[in-house]
This record gives sequence, C-alpha cells and structure tokens, in this order.
Amino acid sequence: MEVTEVFEKVKNLFVDELGIDAEKVTMEAKLEEDLDIDSLGIVEVVMAFEDEFEIEIDDEELTDVGTVGQAVNLLHSKL
Amino acid sequence: MKTALVTGGSRGIGKAAALKIGESCNVAVGYSSSKEQAEEVANSIKAAGGNAIAVNIDVTNQDSINSCFEIVEKEFSSVHILINNAGVTKDNIFPRLKQEDWDAVIDTNLTGSFRTSQRAIKGMMKNKWGRIVFISSVAGLSGNVGQSNYAASKAGLIGLAKTISKELGSRNITSNVIAPGYIDTDMTSFLDDEQKEDIIGQLSIKRVGKPEDIANMVSFLCSDESEYITGQVFPVDGGLTT
Repeated sequence: MEVTEVFEKVKNLFVDELGIDAEKVTMEAKLEEDLDIDSLGIVEVVMAFEDEFEIEIDDEELTDVGTVGQAVNLLHSKL
Repeated sequence: MKTALVTGGSRGIGKAAALKIGESCNVAVGYSSSKEQAEEVANSIKAAGGNAIAVNIDVTNQDSINSCFEIVEKEFSSVHILINNAGVTKDNIFPRLKQEDWDAVIDTNLTGSFRTSQRAIKGMMKNKWGRIVFISSVAGLSGNVGQSNYAASKAGLIGLAKTISKELGSRNITSNVIAPGYIDTDMTSFLDDEQKEDIIGQLSIKRVGKPEDIANMVSFLCSDESEYITGQVFPVDGGLTT
C-alpha cells in the first residue's frame, strides 16, 4: 500500500471515528494541538487503525507519534 | 433497542436482573454451566414480548468471552450495557485459606470483570454510550468472616469501576457498583434459619433481600435516567451497612 493510500484511510478514520473536519487532517497536523484529540481519543484512533489494517500496535510504538504524518508512516511500515 | 449482557444470568441476582432489563432491552443471558436455566430465563423474556438469547461465557477465558460477544453482536448489536454479575465463593477462614482458592475467586470475580469490561468498552466507545454495572457485595465494603478472597475480589471491583468512570465519562459511559447485602439466592442457601434470624436482626428492613431488590437498582443504573451517576457504590442491603 502506498503512503498516500494509507493517509486517505487514516483521514477517513479521523473523520468518521472522531468527527474531525477533513481539511484539518494533513500530514503535518499535530494530534493534540491541531486536532484536539485527547489521550482517550488517541486510543480510539489506535483501536480503529488496528481494526482497519488488521495489525497490532504496541504502546511503545506510539510514544514518538505526535502528528498525523508520523502515524501514517508507522502504519505504512507495519503493512 | 439497546443490548445488554448479563454474566451469571441463569440464577439469583443475574436472573432477576436479566428479566428486569428484558422489559426494555435485548438481553444476552450469560451462563457458564447452567445452560438449561439460562435458556429458561431467555424464554421467559421472550414470552413477555422481549428479545433474549442464552449464551455461554466463561469469564476466566478470554476466548470464551470473545465468542460470546461475537454471538451477541451477530444476534443483536454491540453490547451497550454490561452487567458483571458472574461470581463464585470458596470460603475458608483466612489462616486456612489455600492460595488456589484465593486465585480462583479473584480470577472469576475480579479479573473476569476486567476481561468482559475491556471487551465491551470498545463498542461502547464507538457508540459514545455505555453502562457497566458491577455486582459487588457488602463483604467488599465491610469484610466478612471466612470470605477474605471473596471480599478482596468484590472490593477490587470498586477501584476498577471508579477508574473506568473517570477514564470514559467523556464518552457517556458510566460505571457503577452495587453492593448487595444478604440476598436470598443459591449463594446464601447454606444459611440455616437461626443464622437468617441473626442477620435479619442486624437489618433496618426486617427481611432478607430478594434478587428483585437488586435487579431494580441494576435497571435504573442501566437507564438513560442515571446518566449523571457514575463511579459510585450503592449498597442495597436493607440497611445492613448504615
């Protein structure tokens, strides 16, 4: 799967699961500051990623994820 | 229509709770060994015009929990309401309590509720609505002779419920605990008449509790009306712990 394809899927999850405006979801967007996602929201996104991509994400892998782009790259690397 | 899962729903408090909730929700009557009794409960709900199924669930086994939830999701929907009622006792006076009896009671009563709640919470987060009710015991509040394992497991549920209430309140998920006193069920059937009289003497309401007394509280805590109540412990005990 291409990175752009992963990004589109990620964007849809943010929009569908968390009701975030689609135009706000860019590769550079910071999860907490720009998208107003709280810690529980991040958990929701991670669970949605796990279901959508049929993967398991360890908590340690998430420590460096602060932006949409970093999440996309993490997912891309696991596919 | 919302969907409720009651663990240990074939007998006693779980049965009364399932019947009561069945008046307004789809109900999955969870059982570990009493299949026929659970089916009778489901049939009673259906006979009264409700929707119900009996489902096997061993709360000590995550695979069993997962298949139970899959069956319920297929039959009805994701679980909106979880009643953590399944419980066991293995009583012995503390100096003689074997670790295997400690472990078994903690594994079913406390860890079992952790497993089912974690499985249920995912759907509740998606729905942005959920109700979890833990059936604890006055033994968890006050201790009880011969029940150090049971009391510890039931006290543990309180910490679990309160933490879930804080973590998930923002998603309209409430998590509350009911602490029944002496309720007339199989679990208290070993008491003789003299012991029962002794117990009644300690109560403000001069009778042993009925499973329905607990079921009414369960039903309220599962309703929309209770949306502002979370992280609390409600003794339903005829005044025993007053």
